[in-house]
Amino acid sequence: MAILVYAESLTGDCKKPAFEAVYYGSKLAEKSGTECIALVLGEANNAPELGEYGADKVLQVTHEHLKDFDSSVYTSVIAQVVEQVNANRVILSHTSTGKSLAGRLSVRLKAGLVSGVNALPAEGDGLIVKKPVFSGKAYGHYKITSDIAVLSLMGNALRTEKSGSLATVESLSTDVPAPKVKVKSLEVKTGEVPLPEAELVVSAGRGMKDPSNWNIIEELADVLGATTACSRPVSDTGWRPHHEHVGQTGIAIRPNLYIAIGISGAIQHLAGVNNSKVIVVINKDPEAPFFKAADYGVVADLFDVVPKLTESFKKFKAS
Amino acid sequence: MKYLVCVNKTPDTTAKISFKNDGKEFDDSGVQYIMNPYDEWYALVRALELKEANGGEVVLINVGGPENDTVIRKGLAIGGDKAVRINGSGDSFYVASQIANYAKDNNFDIIFAGKESIDYNGSEVPAMVAELLDLPFISYGIKLEMEGETATVTRDVEGGVEIAEVNTPFVISAAKGMAEQRIPNMRGIMMAKKKPLDVVEPTSVEARVEISSFELPPPKAEVKLVDPENMDELVRLLHEEAKVI
Ligand SMILES: Cc1cc2nc3c(=O)[nH]c(=O)nc-3n(C[C@H](O)[C@H](O)[C@H](O)COP(=O)(O)OP(=O)(O)OC[C@H]3O[C@@H](n4cnc5c(N)ncnc54)[C@H](O)[C@@H]3O)c2cc1C
Ligand SMILES: Nc1ncnc2c1ncn2[C@@H]1O[C@H](COP(=O)(O)O)[C@@H](O)[C@H]1O
Repeated sequence: MAILVYAESLTGDCKKPAFEAVYYGSKLAEKSGTECIALVLGEANNAPELGEYGADKVLQVTHEHLKDFDSSVYTSVIAQVVEQVNANRVILSHTSTGKSLAGRLSVRLKAGLVSGVNALPAEGDGLIVKKPVFSGKAYGHYKITSDIAVLSLMGNALRTEKSGSLATVESLSTDVPAPKVKVKSLEVKTGEVPLPEAELVVSAGRGMKDPSNWNIIEELADVLGATTACSRPVSDTGWRPHHEHVGQTGIAIRPNLYIAIGISGAIQHLAGVNNSKVIVVINKDPEAPFFKAADYGVVADLFDVVPKLTESFKKFKAS
Repeated sequence: MKYLVCVNKTPDTTAKISFKNDGKEFDDSGVQYIMNPYDEWYALVRALELKEANGGEVVLINVGGPENDTVIRKGLAIGGDKAVRINGSGDSFYVASQIANYAKDNNFDIIFAGKESIDYNGSEVPAMVAELLDLPFISYGIKLEMEGETATVTRDVEGGVEIAEVNTPFVISAAKGMAEQRIPNMRGIMMAKKKPLDVVEPTSVEARVEISSFELPPPKAEVKLVDPENMDELVRLLHEEAKVI
């Protein structure tokens, strides 16, 4: 038996979600005394680094048909590799790619699926894994009763460590069916860490009054090296791009630090951010509901206090 | 074209979450149920828009008990032509199997679902339906345009967007951006009462996953207020106490 991790690399490189999944797989393998095998499909320039995150072996399938992402084609290839290496646990990242694959793969492998797990399984009979449910308002413990299990790992759920060394990548061949989905373009913003992967997030809401005031948010984010986010009304009115919208209907994130500025803390907003490790709230209203979910709070006018906070971070970074 | 829209019933977004029976069961006393927002606002409305533009039929499907009928009727009030409820409940694979089983005999051009249910946040069912029917699948669609049988879809990927082309039939899960929420009007509500809602018995499917228990996060400690005149102190706390910078 082995643990197979699909390490995604749609942009040509393995990124944080892939490293996290491999790290999770290697911890799982350690626990069960098996091997952690990482699989990359198509281009993956930095695949050897997967060894550093604990992969005992890195396999690669390359083929013309893997250039466009078609969940059916990828599923078919991963399923063949599962069989070749005799894996009983398959780990994916809980990203849009992972979500396109997890359900398909579980059907193909006749495997139980738990998506969005955030911890290593507990000991005991059968495989029991934990994941956030009800938009982060609670956790569920799921028991998988089938022989093969597919798990997808929530982003930022565990801190990875590099413990291994660069791996040599072995190439593998499988059948690769022709894709039915034709990808026309893939635009990934460079330079900025995508929100789901971000460890530091600076977020602002309607308290900002006007989109032209966002320079103070951007400066703060710049100094910190943080990614910016916003509340829903702010993106709905076009003050900020829609991909910044966090919450129930937007993106769910779990950074180490979430700084919420001029956001009231409505339950639908909290649903997407309350798994953050540390929450700082800046609001002029001491009764704002967000303070109940915060670790640190500053009751003040944001226009006064945000520039001061930026200065303090600058000093800290310089020291 | 024929459109199938998968609609789920979920607790209202503001519902207080608690558990009973030793944390083994969700306690729904006092909980208001709604149609899963992604299904109602985006999947259903986009299907209706396509029907309005090019003709066809919009069928709603739900897997669940009779208590789901109110939510299904709301979908009919918003504009669905008819609905079918598969009278059973189970894990994601069970639900997907029932939907696929119904769909395979009914030749739908597009099967719509929401990107995820806001109760168990799985994002599991739509991909399973696609696999069971051997159809292409587009997840997290934020835009869908049809030109004959070819769809151009924009979907969210980590930190960006992807634009892809796919021919019918296919399965798509809808996210914010695909359409604008519609509020049912009086006429819609009246008409919904007369629209067919068929109840079909489920096929037997063995569960592969069960929920063994739930837990609530530990209560949050009281917020620590920091003097607005002393942001150095906040930075110090984040560095030394919280250790996040
Ligand atoms: C089904 C559903 C889904 C939803 N999904 C989401 C979601 O995903 N994400 C989301 O964010 N919302 C969502 N909402 C909306 C949510 O309920 C709130 O309306 C929204 O989050 C409020 O945004 P806000 O906090 O920016 O604005 P407001 O509620 O208007 O709050 C502004 C805050 O700024 C403070 N403020 C004002 N001026 C200053 C100043 N000068 N200095 C300091 N503080 C100041 C005010 O005290 C106030 O607390 C959803 C709602 C529904 C019904
Ligand atoms: N019981 C159900 N009946 C009909 N559709 C469902 C059901 N459960 C989930 N779905 C559909 O699948 C989508 C994703 O759900 P999930 O996999 O539960 O996150 C939902 O947005 C619905 O469109």
